[in-house]
Amino acid sequence: MSRLTSANEIIANEIIARYPRPKSALIPLLHLAQEQDGYVAEDAMEHLAELVGVTPAEVLGTCSFYEMFKLHPVGTYVINVCGTMSCQLLGADELIHHAEERLGIRVGDTTSDGLFTLERAECQAACTEAPCLQVNYRHEYRVTPDDFDALVDTLAAGGGDVPPHGTLSRVRQHIPANRSVGAVPPEQVTGPPPWLPSAEEST
Amino acid sequence: MTDTPVTITLNGETVECRPGELLIAAAQRAGTYVPRFCYHERMKPVGMCRMCLVDVDMGRGPGLQPSCMVSVAEGMVVDTESDRVKQVQEGVLELLLANHPLDCPVCDKGGECPLQDQTMAYGPGESRFIEEKRHYEKPIAISDLVYLDRERCILCDRCTRFAKDVAGDPLIHFLDRGNETQVNTFPDHPFSSYFSGNTVQICPVGALTAEPYRFKARPWDLEENESTSTVDATGSRVALQSSRNQLVRVLGVDSDAVNWGWLSDKERFGYEATQSDHRLVEPLFRSETEFVPGRWNDAVSRIARDLDGKRVGVLGGARLPIEGQFAWSKLLDTLPNRAYRDAQLDDGLPAGVVLGLPRASIADACAKGGVVVIIGPDLKEELPTLFLRLRHAATEDGVSILELTPRATSLGTHAALSLHPLAGTVGQVAAAIAAGTSSQAVGGVEPAQIEAAAALLASGRPITIIGGRGNLAESGQYTADAIGSLMAAHPDATFLPALRRGNIHGALELGFTPGFAPGGVLDHDDVLDASAILEAAAAGELDTLVLLGSDPIVDHPDRALVERAFDRVGNVVAVDLFMTESCRRSDLVVPAAGFGEVDGSFLNLEGRLSPLQAKVTPPGQARPDWMIAVEIAMSAMTDLGFIDLDELRRSLSSSVQSFSAIDWSMLNSQDDGQRIDLDRPWTPEFADPLVAPPVDGYGLRLVVDRKLWDLGTMVQHAPSLAHLAGEASLGLSTSDFERLGVEEGGVVSIDVAGATHRLAVRRNRDLPRGAAQIPFRLTGFDPGVLLTADRLVTEIRVSAN
Ligand code: SF4
Ligand code: FES
Ligand code: FES
Repeated sequence: MSRLTSANEIIANEIIARYPRPKSALIPLLHLAQEQDGYVAEDAMEHLAELVGVTPAEVLGTCSFYEMFKLHPVGTYVINVCGTMSCQLLGADELIHHAEERLGIRVGDTTSDGLFTLERAECQAACTEAPCLQVNYRHEYRVTPDDFDALVDTLAAGGGDVPPHGTLSRVRQHIPANRSVGAVPPEQVTGPPPWLPSAEEST
Repeated sequence: MTDTPVTITLNGETVECRPGELLIAAAQRAGTYVPRFCYHERMKPVGMCRMCLVDVDMGRGPGLQPSCMVSVAEGMVVDTESDRVKQVQEGVLELLLANHPLDCPVCDKGGECPLQDQTMAYGPGESRFIEEKRHYEKPIAISDLVYLDRERCILCDRCTRFAKDVAGDPLIHFLDRGNETQVNTFPDHPFSSYFSGNTVQICPVGALTAEPYRFKARPWDLEENESTSTVDATGSRVALQSSRNQLVRVLGVDSDAVNWGWLSDKERFGYEATQSDHRLVEPLFRSETEFVPGRWNDAVSRIARDLDGKRVGVLGGARLPIEGQFAWSKLLDTLPNRAYRDAQLDDGLPAGVVLGLPRASIADACAKGGVVVIIGPDLKEELPTLFLRLRHAATEDGVSILELTPRATSLGTHAALSLHPLAGTVGQVAAAIAAGTSSQAVGGVEPAQIEAAAALLASGRPITIIGGRGNLAESGQYTADAIGSLMAAHPDATFLPALRRGNIHGALELGFTPGFAPGGVLDHDDVLDASAILEAAAAGELDTLVLLGSDPIVDHPDRALVERAFDRVGNVVAVDLFMTESCRRSDLVVPAAGFGEVDGSFLNLEGRLSPLQAKVTPPGQARPDWMIAVEIAMSAMTDLGFIDLDELRRSLSSSVQSFSAIDWSMLNSQDDGQRIDLDRPWTPEFADPLVAPPVDGYGLRLVVDRKLWDLGTMVQHAPSLAHLAGEASLGLSTSDFERLGVEEGGVVSIDVAGATHRLAVRRNRDLPRGAAQIPFRLTGFDPGVLLTADRLVTEIRVSAN
């Protein structure tokens, strides 16, 4: 339920500076907010609205459009079991049923210890590896009920290399000065961006 | 884009269209109505609903295209009635209704609902959907005035587009996605836009309803006529709707010249005051400490006696329709002594500026590619519909705005340049801009900004100057000086006055202002303005003070002066709709008929005359103002030359030159009204610019300005609006705020002229350094106690304890 921390506000302003219009930074900023709290808190959305100069309603409109931004607290590990055709044919329904039994929650809920959230998802583009699931958006292929139990045991014991929900690395990228185009408004852009190899260089 | 017309074939007929015109609009002009939900002629198309699909053939065979998203092109062959079009219309409606609750019998929109009507006309009659529909809590309040029933919403994006693109208040938005998509606000951030009511009017289903009208009437029971809003000087065109002799709804009428169909919520819901239980219904005579009701004839003859041979001052007049103003002005002119009158309560501009400068229309100001200079108030607070037009001009039509305002206004973010001279310096800043350069900063405005402003004005684009009173704490003369300098440097510029009071332009035109007789005729004998009239009253030089719908006790900036005047003057007569503070201090109060109760006309800020039509009968004995004047004259055995409206209007047209060309027979039938003749045989003279006292390094220059929702009589008597008036606080620029070292909302001391006042302080990023702001007529604190009638500027000292 918090605004961005002052450390994150500094990062936020760095991100904003990369764009010609502050509000273009909204998506990466939402990721930042989600990383901070594990979900996108209301206060954080109000804070982002102030930072990029839009209304909180516009931030919520953008945020709620994307499935991967969570508006309510979720478990440390969000498990999305694919329920689309290929996976379904190869046992997704059974897998989901098993997952519910094992975790003691229904799809959409979070375990009382706050560790796991179970979701049913649409095709994860891994149909050849059906049935599959994702833990915090990292794939697990050809998952049997036993595999699922083993996975949950490992995660609950603090094992595995899956970082907590919301953790990102990409928004922290630093753009080297020679590749930065700076925040030039689109209407003022002349010529190709400096990081595109020029015609002579590329031949 | 060229102007050569584009020829298309529409349902077999050849039709000439405007280049670039949308197909749906071109078809409509040619008499073919294509059904639609999301398209709205005053907003950009989005193609959300697909109801407007038609067959379009550009040479490769017909194909379905949304006619709201396609511009006409030469040789286009269009069929709006093909079998395929009929089939998709059925399909689209079946889909739109898939989740619609079909609760028409309990829906306010039933009977005037585009979804209902178009389903009847184009729909399939039956649905194949058997699935459960979406369910939502019905309805939720998204603001104090607007309710949203998400089950009925067809996601046409009209309300959300209006909020973002037209009003600039994107407080409602589509949330979620796919089947879950809904319109909503952010939690605890209501849709508190000054323009929220427009979304209710344009919602093509019953999803958005306005609190004041919910379950009040059925469309088929409504009677309607067209009138003009008297809420402010914009003169927005409205439709008045009544049921059983009660006004129940006001809708915006699309006048191309004025409001484009939009209204502010004050214009839309202010009618509630007409229905108020607190209306005056009978003449009230003071007897010792209380009022006793009396007979109408006694009241009229008493007023006749109070005027005859007496020294009379008249304050107000802007509430009256043109006809009332004319009748009162005739009546006052029959008196043996001059009756001094002023419709502005030291809160406007010198009348010569308003009456004498070449007048712009709203369309002139908003014409593509022009430059608009605003020297005055935040138009969103004082003339909100004009604000919408200018916002559109700035965002869509390449109009550059130069603000010379006491603080950044709501147009500031769209302005090419937003400059904020300290109180008392706008005249000097404008003079520097007119000169083109300045070697030093003036009133906090840097030389580079002055040069940039000068360059903008020198760019050869047409210039409109919009002038009003942006700060009640400084003399209005500074604004006049600024306008004078810019007009002198740019003689082709035109002027649009931003005075806010209802029919103030009618009042000025008909001589309710010092220095002018009706018709803008110079009259140098009549020199007392409102403050001077009050001074005269306070000095015992007036016998009778007449209040024509004015409430100087709370509306005149100088609280102390008004007190002295009311204490001293022998006799106060008030003609009003409500028992205002000033009425309470009067000796006789006469009830007048108000908005929606009288036929008449209204003159807006462009000099555009449009009709006021009666829709309901006035309460009790309340009468039209013109009738009251005629009766007073009769009681004094004077003949004004008219006893009905037609005679009065003939007399007006024959005696007041500016009205001589008005065709009264057309008054009620023109959406855009008629502009009166504003050519004057004189040009305004600008006195030598006033020089502001030097800035005192320890003090702050006070800005007193207005908010839309305030303690004004009309707002306070409209139950849905009354509670919207905010609490007064002292606004400081960020740097002054930080210098003071206080908390947001902390209480500070304000010292002015030896007295100390205490008020909560807030950071206001719109203010320039060195300025302090207190809004006029909010709850909690009355800045009138800080102001004097002879103020040039008002300097205050603020300290943290
Ligand atoms: S509430 Fe009305 S105007 Fe807004 S999107 Fe829904 S149907 Fe359209
Ligand atoms: S169907 Fe499961 S990954 Fe495609
Ligand atoms: S009116 Fe054209 S798509 Fe809605």
